[in-house]
Amino acid sequence: MDIRAQVSMVFHLDKCIGCHTCSVACKNIWTDRKGTEYMWWNNVETKPGTGYPTLWEDQEKYKGGWQKDSYGKLQLRLHSRLKGMANLFFNPFLPTIDDYYEPWTYDYENLFNAPEGDDQPTARAVSMITGKPMDSIEAGPNWDDDLGGSPVYARNDTNLDELTEDEREQLNELERVVFFYLPRICNHCLNPGCVAACPQGAIYKRGEDGIVLISQEKCRAWRMCISGCPYKKTYYNWSSGKSEKCILCFPRLESGQPPACFHSCVGRIRYLGVLLYDADKIEQCASVPDDQLVEAQRNMIMDPFDPAVISAAKANGISDAMITSAQNSPVYKFVMKWRIALPLHSEFRTLPMLFYVPPMLPVLAKTRDGTYDVAGLENENLGAMLSSLEKARMPIKYMARMFAAGNVGEVEDVYRKLIAVRIFKRAQKVKDYGQAEVDSALAQGKTNAEEVEAIFRLTALPTYEERFVVPPLGRESAVEAWEDPLDHKREAGFGNLVQITRRRF
Amino acid sequence: MFDTALLIGFPYVATAVAIAATTYRWVFDPYSYSSQSSQFLENRALFFGSVPWHYGILTILLAHIVALSFPGTWGLFTADQNRLYVLEITGLSLALMTTAGLTILIVRRIFNVRARAVTTALDWILLVFLLLQVALGFWVAYYYRWGSDWFLHTAAPWLISLAKFRPDITSVSALPFWVKFHFINGFVIVLLLPFTRLVHLLAYPFSYFWRQHQIVIWNRARGQRRVS
Repeated sequence: MDIRAQVSMVFHLDKCIGCHTCSVACKNIWTDRKGTEYMWWNNVETKPGTGYPTLWEDQEKYKGGWQKDSYGKLQLRLHSRLKGMANLFFNPFLPTIDDYYEPWTYDYENLFNAPEGDDQPTARAVSMITGKPMDSIEAGPNWDDDLGGSPVYARNDTNLDELTEDEREQLNELERVVFFYLPRICNHCLNPGCVAACPQGAIYKRGEDGIVLISQEKCRAWRMCISGCPYKKTYYNWSSGKSEKCILCFPRLESGQPPACFHSCVGRIRYLGVLLYDADKIEQCASVPDDQLVEAQRNMIMDPFDPAVISAAKANGISDAMITSAQNSPVYKFVMKWRIALPLHSEFRTLPMLFYVPPMLPVLAKTRDGTYDVAGLENENLGAMLSSLEKARMPIKYMARMFAAGNVGEVEDVYRKLIAVRIFKRAQKVKDYGQAEVDSALAQGKTNAEEVEAIFRLTALPTYEERFVVPPLGRESAVEAWEDPLDHKREAGFGNLVQITRRRF
Repeated sequence: MFDTALLIGFPYVATAVAIAATTYRWVFDPYSYSSQSSQFLENRALFFGSVPWHYGILTILLAHIVALSFPGTWGLFTADQNRLYVLEITGLSLALMTTAGLTILIVRRIFNVRARAVTTALDWILLVFLLLQVALGFWVAYYYRWGSDWFLHTAAPWLISLAKFRPDITSVSALPFWVKFHFINGFVIVLLLPFTRLVHLLAYPFSYFWRQHQIVIWNRARGQRRVS
């Protein structure tokens, strides 16, 4: 048992209103420099849609993540070591700027300096790469925002592949058009594809908190990480010639603040907490068949109350504060205790540590003969709310493809529980459900009144302290932890004058 | 006198500067030790330029080094006429491939607005000297046939004498102008190496062949944290 701590995340999609405040907070802090204009370490996508960069989920195109070779061994989809080295001069699967968009600004000066004339002066779009005027803007950030049902974007979503033609057509019916938001940041995976793909070894996972970082000093612009990450969350800075990615705002974390996107989230959909996991199980868990991936990942995450786990964690140098955080972790509750948060695209086999509570979507939604069939739902033996899973506008297969590597049962379990919460609370507040229906919902959701209350509480009424449970990784205390403070004072004076040796694993 | 300066003095100066400057850059500016890729901005032409250029020039460079390092074995190899033919034809085609690839890369940087936006003055200087070098190489290979053989009796003794710090230019002083130009321009490129993106030649990440896939770095040695 090799216990490590991972600062992990839960995004509650039912609460996301698609306001992009997270993206803007991140952009203002980290990616407003030259060469990073096109980067959105945090972006919010509309689903169904093609996403950013376009069709990033299509690994036939981009070759991200891992796959099992003919011997059942885990291999990067991008390359073997030899092929990777041979492709250094030209990476055949690299997305180009056109797969994102060409960043631009406007020639505002012209509004002030244009000579007097018959026409109103205009501010033309100017490329931020070449500085030349752009005649047409082909794409931009969130180009498919809110375009559920659009033939260009929504219909090309790769997650729709397994739906029947009929189901796909229904999605585009005017009354049934449906979409939800998917905010994405780096998943800080346990088996990251970007780290494994980097020929230089410039990308690493921090032992203390599991944050995946790119050493700007070591990066040599071989640009394999961009292809290797199936989520397309490493970006190439075309100006500095280095790859960059989400750093989970580690300078903020170290001073006890949550990352900017978490802090600024208007819908309060984001939860941050520590998970303890067994690093010995990484390879084995990433190698199981597709439909078992979600369960395998849960098996890696250890119970922070188990004395054996705690002592193993302490033996590995995990601090008491970190263990206490793991015990109070909201992420542990959503993922392990209640099992209602699922990883995104676990079939990429990188073991992502950002989990999503799937959205409920409109509940009463079925058209018959061109009208909403609300009355018809009354006749279903389960009642309107419960039947929403079967009658969901968004086919459950679509959700399963995104959040459970195609395992429909896994997603259904989550929805049954979420529906139970909804019915239970509705019976309490609105009082239009009988006890029999509530009991039936609880039984189907494999849950009970106490758990439902807890889920409701953390979903709807969580405080700041309940949403973000991570100990400050203060630099001062970190020094004290390395050495006796008095020794340290004697040897190095105040501050880190002595180079601290780093160990690699 | 002129020959002595250019074929003895200049190679020594160029090599000394190159060694000192690459070391300095490696130690004090590791951040810059790469070649900034422009594939992200332009993909198509890069494929047709970069792949033939890199594979061509690496093979040719390797042939130069092998011939220089093992002149005896190389001499035995070229002693057979058929083998010599094969070698010459291969060399010529590689030179052609390299020149074509580099030309495509240069044309790309001139005409693609995006690629041009990330091209510096030093990049242009380097590209010009590299093109000159491969063009000269092709010229020499074509007009002064059987270079893979006469190289052993001219350039090789001269370069070896330089390496042994007993410089002797008698074996090369009678060579035609174009051949000498190729020699000297070669050392110009050696001189340019530490100051341009060419340093990426020394940054090839061999360790990828054996390193573990996953890398975890701990700020402190594991398990040594004192829990108070």
